[in-house]
Amino acid sequence: MSRVIPSGPGAGAATGAEPRLAGDLTIWLVIGLEMMTFALMFLSFAVMHARHPVLFEAGRRTLDLHAGALNTVLLVSGSWCVARAVRAATAGDDSRVKAWLAAALTCGAGFVLFKSQEYAHHAGLGLSLSTDDFWMFYWLLTGFHFLHVLAAMAFLAVLLIAGLRPGHLVGLHALETGAAFWHMVDLLWLVLFPLVYVMR
Amino acid sequence: MRFDRLDALWLALLAGTATTWWLGEAGRLSSLGTAVLIFGLAIVKGRWVLLDFMALREAPALWRRLMLGWLLGVVGLIVLIRWLVSAAPA
Repeated sequence: MSRVIPSGPGAGAATGAEPRLAGDLTIWLVIGLEMMTFALMFLSFAVMHARHPVLFEAGRRTLDLHAGALNTVLLVSGSWCVARAVRAATAGDDSRVKAWLAAALTCGAGFVLFKSQEYAHHAGLGLSLSTDDFWMFYWLLTGFHFLHVLAAMAFLAVLLIAGLRPGHLVGLHALETGAAFWHMVDLLWLVLFPLVYVMR
Repeated sequence: MRFDRLDALWLALLAGTATTWWLGEAGRLSSLGTAVLIFGLAIVKGRWVLLDFMALREAPALWRRLMLGWLLGVVGLIVLIRWLVSAAPA
């Protein structure tokens, strides 16, 4: 059974004690690996954009900037909810932890819904991986990121469902571990959105 | 719940997102100027996510430097590539 321990790992950060990495070391190694992979994809996109500016600008103009911005708002808001959940766990307030986790999952579900609508729209126009280089990168970059959003949501959902069982609380260490992965997904979108949707 | 730094950063992130959206929508600046501004905003926003949301401000310096280095390195290279295209003779 997982328990909130205010005097545990989270307490040090709140009080400015000795340096500590929030969450499990394993997730940070995974985050490092994922971020290196995305770095290669982002830079490959930038290079191809530079080599084929007309093609990439035509593809970008097909995208819905409003939908991209709305999805940024949802991910950023989800990150804020998760950060508040960790803050509540540090304070030992388990009911608020669950409420903030549910709010974060709602934001994630909103992202999945709007992004799925975008995908359906593009697929309906016949814009696929094989259309041209822009659309190949669009589907690979955003699709890979989309899978990470689903994984982050699954992580948080498991924590929430486990914490909803009678007599169970959301453990701070597990929560920080899930939070770190969620924030990485948000961070990646903060680079992806201007790169794919805005850069001319 | 008291309004604190996390809430202020969330509002700032929303404002930054709105600015990025506006820069894309308005299209008044040159493409290079737009790129510098939107990726400058991405660095500012990403730094807040890393230091405050991911709590790297309290993490060992090596992890903080690695993550901030990733953000600055990747975004910096994207802007450099965009600048090289603008500077290249037509």
